[in-house]
Amino acid sequence: MMSSTNTEQITIEEKPAEEKPAEEKPAAKPAAKPAAKPAAKPAAKPAAKPAAKPAAKPVELPEFEKNISDKIVEKFGDKIVVSFVKENRVGINVDKENVHDVARFIRDELNYDHVESVSGVDYPQDKEIEVVYHIGSYSDPSLASQLIVLATRAEREENPIPGKDATRLPTLRDIFYSVEFHEREVFEMFGVYFTGHPDNRRLLLPEDWADLPPLRKDFAIKGR
Amino acid sequence: MTNEFLPPGLALQKADEKIMTLNVGPQHPGSGHMRIIVQIDGDYIVACDPDPGYVHRGEEKMAEYRNYITNIPHLERPVIHDSCNVLYPYVLGVEDLLGIEVTERAKYVRVICSELNRCIYTMYWLAIYGIFLGHSTMFMWPAGDRELLIDLMEKISGARVTHAHFVPGGVRNDLPPNFEEVCLRQVNYFEKRIREYAAVFYDNPILISRTQDTGVLSREDAIRLGVTGSVLRASGVDYDLRKKEPYDVYEELDVHSNVMKEGDSYARSKIPWLDMLESCNIIKQALEKMPKSGSVRVKLKPNPKGKGLNSVYKRVESGRGSLGCHIVSDGKVEPYRLKLSVGSFRNLIALPYLLKGEKLGNMPSVYWSLNYWPVEADR
Amino acid sequence: MTPENANVFIGKLGDILEKAIDTPLGYAINWGRIWSLWPVHIETACCSVEFGAASSPRYDVERFGIIEAFGSLRQCDLIVVQGTITRKMAPRLRLVYDQMPEPKYVIAMGACAITGGLYFDSYNVLPGIDGILPVDVYVPGCPPRPETLIQGCILLQEKIKRMKARKFV
Repeated sequence: MMSSTNTEQITIEEKPAEEKPAEEKPAAKPAAKPAAKPAAKPAAKPAAKPAAKPAAKPVELPEFEKNISDKIVEKFGDKIVVSFVKENRVGINVDKENVHDVARFIRDELNYDHVESVSGVDYPQDKEIEVVYHIGSYSDPSLASQLIVLATRAEREENPIPGKDATRLPTLRDIFYSVEFHEREVFEMFGVYFTGHPDNRRLLLPEDWADLPPLRKDFAIKGR
Repeated sequence: MTNEFLPPGLALQKADEKIMTLNVGPQHPGSGHMRIIVQIDGDYIVACDPDPGYVHRGEEKMAEYRNYITNIPHLERPVIHDSCNVLYPYVLGVEDLLGIEVTERAKYVRVICSELNRCIYTMYWLAIYGIFLGHSTMFMWPAGDRELLIDLMEKISGARVTHAHFVPGGVRNDLPPNFEEVCLRQVNYFEKRIREYAAVFYDNPILISRTQDTGVLSREDAIRLGVTGSVLRASGVDYDLRKKEPYDVYEELDVHSNVMKEGDSYARSKIPWLDMLESCNIIKQALEKMPKSGSVRVKLKPNPKGKGLNSVYKRVESGRGSLGCHIVSDGKVEPYRLKLSVGSFRNLIALPYLLKGEKLGNMPSVYWSLNYWPVEADR
Repeated sequence: MTPENANVFIGKLGDILEKAIDTPLGYAINWGRIWSLWPVHIETACCSVEFGAASSPRYDVERFGIIEAFGSLRQCDLIVVQGTITRKMAPRLRLVYDQMPEPKYVIAMGACAITGGLYFDSYNVLPGIDGILPVDVYVPGCPPRPETLIQGCILLQEKIKRMKARKFV
């Protein structure tokens, strides 16, 4: 009796796997579509925007946030790019080689102490996956409403083998312990392996998930 | 039954002679929609590995295929009994992306709906917390009393739990006629009712002996683990987004955030109850200060589009803590990427930490005191 | 009387007895079943909020003989599938169903359990539970109001009344 149960389970498990060929077919289309239109924009963004914005309207920038971004620029110079300074938010783009140092500086010198959210954003046209950390502070009351949006980019592979390909980033777990589950989620949803993270296991997806990481742009959901 | 016939997650794990591995959930009266793999030595938990994802429905992927308006109904499904608060950051973010300014009355209506929903959520959580500690009265009383507020929300939006009432540009409908009086009457009665819970639940020596000094989270660890909401405030960190980063009209209202120093299960279970009393206070203030007439909704063009490549991160204080929404737009009608950073998921990291060294019998009191709703954590 | 004849005779007698007794006795057995339906305590998604509300004092599903959710599935005979079934939950749900003793009944609660509902195009959601469980009563709604769930339970009781008490395999 038990064996009949198990065969039924296995058929259930295999059912979504049949959709795989159907999913692979439209995979080319969504990958090509975003590539056509905003291809120039994200590539131009880190370079053009910070140069243009502070130069054009320096008066409009909020004072307090400007101070924070100035401190980081002072320390790291051209290793980082300040992508935006908005009310309560400071956006910083950094290479993956320097992300560890910048995060350590943010924690030790600027008193930020926890990560609120880690979200991956897939840019197939740039062949890159961006990972965005929203870093906040509980212990410093003056920073309570502030968030540093630290963005870094990992290389993106067309045929990902999660954990075994070049899509890698250094983990921030040893600096901000609170990223532990968030980075596990980014690993399974985008295939970004975090080197140094002791627990790069699957978190939310089923154990037998054998498809592409689902939040990549070339993973098309059925019927769309 | 041998392991090879089972799907990988169901396989029995080999453990030490002395240490037993125990799966709690997903079919377990005290686990909710998730599995907690605990390793026990005798009666004491030596390790714990939460295994969420049983309700992972891919909200974030689905959001990339729907436009800014049609995203509303499915984004409130993670917490249907707190549906206004879970939509709140999304709506604020879309308004920021599209550059919409909301009218004053709509902001007040939103605050009232948000606080009513916080009470509805917390009452349901309290009912579950009561029944899982074996306190049946604490299931019946909150489950009955929350219907009062559900009636109010039903008057506003027409649905019991899934309101879909917040839209970019305001709220869907104006308040019904005579709402202020009815609301004030119901909220006054509700406040009187929940004050009685202290006698039956919070001052109950059985509850105190079961929850006090179990699962203690110190202030330093709460900050290091990045927990949020009632868990954070029970550990002595005064951090409430309604005060620290006021959205809509919260800066015009007098909000008091409740903080306790102990950091144990008892403090974590008491903070939401104190928050409900505070919510009643906020609702009364908002009803008083609200403009009595005016528009509640700015009409949008059909299929609104974001402007160029842009990203926004908005957060609100929900029933479970800070709830953030990160929207990346690329100038199309759909969001390019949408990420919900939810309080439940952020509090989950504290579970293995708190359960280590506890007795197995203390697991429900520690686990549910985290104010955790598995559906939200899985998204 | 030869042994063969005796066997035939006993078989005939059994048929007659079955026809004479099975219907009234089956009615009595079913009558007993419908007033003590114990749902197993398994939440699968957000409809569990309204399932909880159905046993709250205002709706009080217990007055119709559906007792509130119970922890041990070996003593349960009703499974209310409360919403979305994801691919991770589906084998567990089937495992729970297989461990329940006969007779057992299934209520599919909510649009997600019936067809996939709002999540029809999600990558991790089954399009309804028909593929894994034999459903007796479908309760529509997203989520269904507690009144709808109670009506579904009453429909299930009506259905059990008309069912054969014994299963012929």
